[in-house]
Amino acid sequence: METIITLFEYRFFTNALLAALFASITCGITGAYIVSRRIVFISGGITHASFGGIGIGYFFGFNPIVGAMIFSVLSAFGIEYMSKKTNLREDSVIAILWSFGMAVGIIFIFLTPGYSANLMSFLFGNILTVTKLNLVFLLILALLITGIFLVFFKTILFIAFDEQYARAVKLPVETINYLMITLVALTIVFNIKVVGIILVISLLTIPQTIANIFTKKFEIMIWLSIIIGFLGSISGLLLSYYLNVPSGAAIIFFLVILFFISKIFRNILTSLRIRKQIQ
Amino acid sequence: MDKIIELQNVTAGYGEDIILRNVNIAIHRNDFIGVIGPNGGGKTTLVKVILGLIKPITGKVIYYDSMKEGKQQKIGYLPQNSDTDKVFPISVLDVVLSGLAQPNRLINRFSKAQKAKAREILESTGILHLADKNFGELSGGEMQRVFLCRAIVSDPELLILDEPNTFVDNKFESDLYHTLKKLNEHKAIIMVSHDVGTIAYYVKSIACVNRELHYHQSNIISQEQLDAYNCPIQIIAHGSVPHTILKEHNE
Repeated sequence: METIITLFEYRFFTNALLAALFASITCGITGAYIVSRRIVFISGGITHASFGGIGIGYFFGFNPIVGAMIFSVLSAFGIEYMSKKTNLREDSVIAILWSFGMAVGIIFIFLTPGYSANLMSFLFGNILTVTKLNLVFLLILALLITGIFLVFFKTILFIAFDEQYARAVKLPVETINYLMITLVALTIVFNIKVVGIILVISLLTIPQTIANIFTKKFEIMIWLSIIIGFLGSISGLLLSYYLNVPSGAAIIFFLVILFFISKIFRNILTSLRIRKQIQ
Repeated sequence: MDKIIELQNVTAGYGEDIILRNVNIAIHRNDFIGVIGPNGGGKTTLVKVILGLIKPITGKVIYYDSMKEGKQQKIGYLPQNSDTDKVFPISVLDVVLSGLAQPNRLINRFSKAQKAKAREILESTGILHLADKNFGELSGGEMQRVFLCRAIVSDPELLILDEPNTFVDNKFESDLYHTLKKLNEHKAIIMVSHDVGTIAYYVKSIACVNRELHYHQSNIISQEQLDAYNCPIQIIAHGSVPHTILKEHNE
C-alpha cells in the first residue's frame, strides 16, 4: 500500500516538475520579449480574453483549453491589427477585448447547467493536476519557441528594438510581429493550467524583471528568466505542499519575495561600489 | 549623371490628409540634397515616400537599377532621435549589425567579416570602445553616432538623415559633416533639416518642402527665392555663408 502511495506521489510530483520546467522555458522566453517590448498590457488583454473561450468550451462541452486557444489567438491578432491599421488607440482596443472575453466567459459559464468545480483551476491554476496532454502541449510549445528564437533571433531583436527602422530597411516586420504575438497567445493558454488566468501574467513578467535587475543583455535575460522561473515554481510548489495553499498563488508569492530581495541586494551592491569608487 | 530614384507627380499623405502635392524630383548619384521647410510641411512624409513606407496616392516612385533590392540595404536611414526605446536590452554592436540585416529575410546571421565591418565603422566614428555596451547606457550624442554607424555600415547607395542635428553636441556635428563629405564622393545623401544654416555649407542643392516641393539646384538660396517657393524660412546672411532662422508662420 505504501509503495503505491509513494509511486503516486512520485508520479504527480514528476508531472509537476516537468510542468514547472516547460512553463519556465515558454514563459521565460516569450516573457523576455514581452517585457523588453513593453507589451505586458497586451499580454494581460490576451490572457483575460481567453476566458471567453473557456466559457464557450464549458457550455458546448469541448475542451475549454481549445476554446481559450481560439479566443487568445484571435484577440492577439485583433489587437495587433486594430492598433496598427485603424486609428483606434492600442490600450483602448486591449481594454475592450479584455472585458469582452471576460463577459463572454461569465455568460456561458452562467448558462452551463451545474457548478463546474474545474473553473477555479482555470482562474488560479494547479500545477499538481496538470494533465499529460497539457504536458505534451507545453513540451511541443517549449521546443517550438526555443527553435524560433534560435533561428530568427537577430531579426526578432532588430524589429523589437526599432520597428520604424526595421520597416524602412524592409525587414519582415509584419510576419515576425504576428508570429510573436501568436507565440505569446499560445504561451498564455498552455500555462493557464499551471498558474491560472489571474496569475499567468506574473510568470511572464516577474522572472524577467528580476533578470533585468542583473543583466541588460537580451540573451542573458532569457536564460536568467528561465532559471528564476523554474526555481520560483519549485519553491512555490514545495511551499504549497507544506502549507496546503494553492500552488499558483504560492509560486507567485515566492517570485515576488525574490524580486524584492534581488532589488534590495542590487541596491546594496551598487551603493557599495559607489562607496569604493569615492574612497 | 546616374539617376537612382525618381519621384514623378507624387501626391501622398495619411488617409484623407494630403500632405504632399505633385512632387517631382530626381535623385542622382553624388547628389547632396538638403531638404528644408517648416514643421508639418511634409519633410518626413517625403522621406517616408522615398523609403517606401508610404505608397503615393497618385504618381510613382521609380527605383533605378542600382537601387534594386538585393542582399544589402540600399538606403541608409538615420531616423529622428525620439522614437526608439532607450532602455531596450540590446548591445551597441547589435544595433550596428541591424544595418547589415538582409531585406525580406527572416533569418539573419552574421559572418565574422560582417562583425568586423561593424566594428570598423564604430572605430571610424570613434566609439569602438562602446561596442559591447548596452545601448541604453549611452549618452544622446553617442546614440546618434551609433545610429549613424547603423545607417552607413551597409555602404548604401543613398543615405537619408532626418534632422541629424537635433540633440547633438558640436563635436558630433563636425564629425558628421566630415563623414558625410567623404561618403558623398560615391553616394547620394538627403539631409532633412528645419535649419538651413547648418547644412547650406555642405549640401549641393536645396529642396524646399511646404506641401509642394521646389527644387533649387544650388546651395545658395536667397530670401526672395524662398518667398517665391512659399517656404516660410528666413535667411540672415553672415558674410558668404548664409545663416538662417525659422520664421514664425501663421497657419
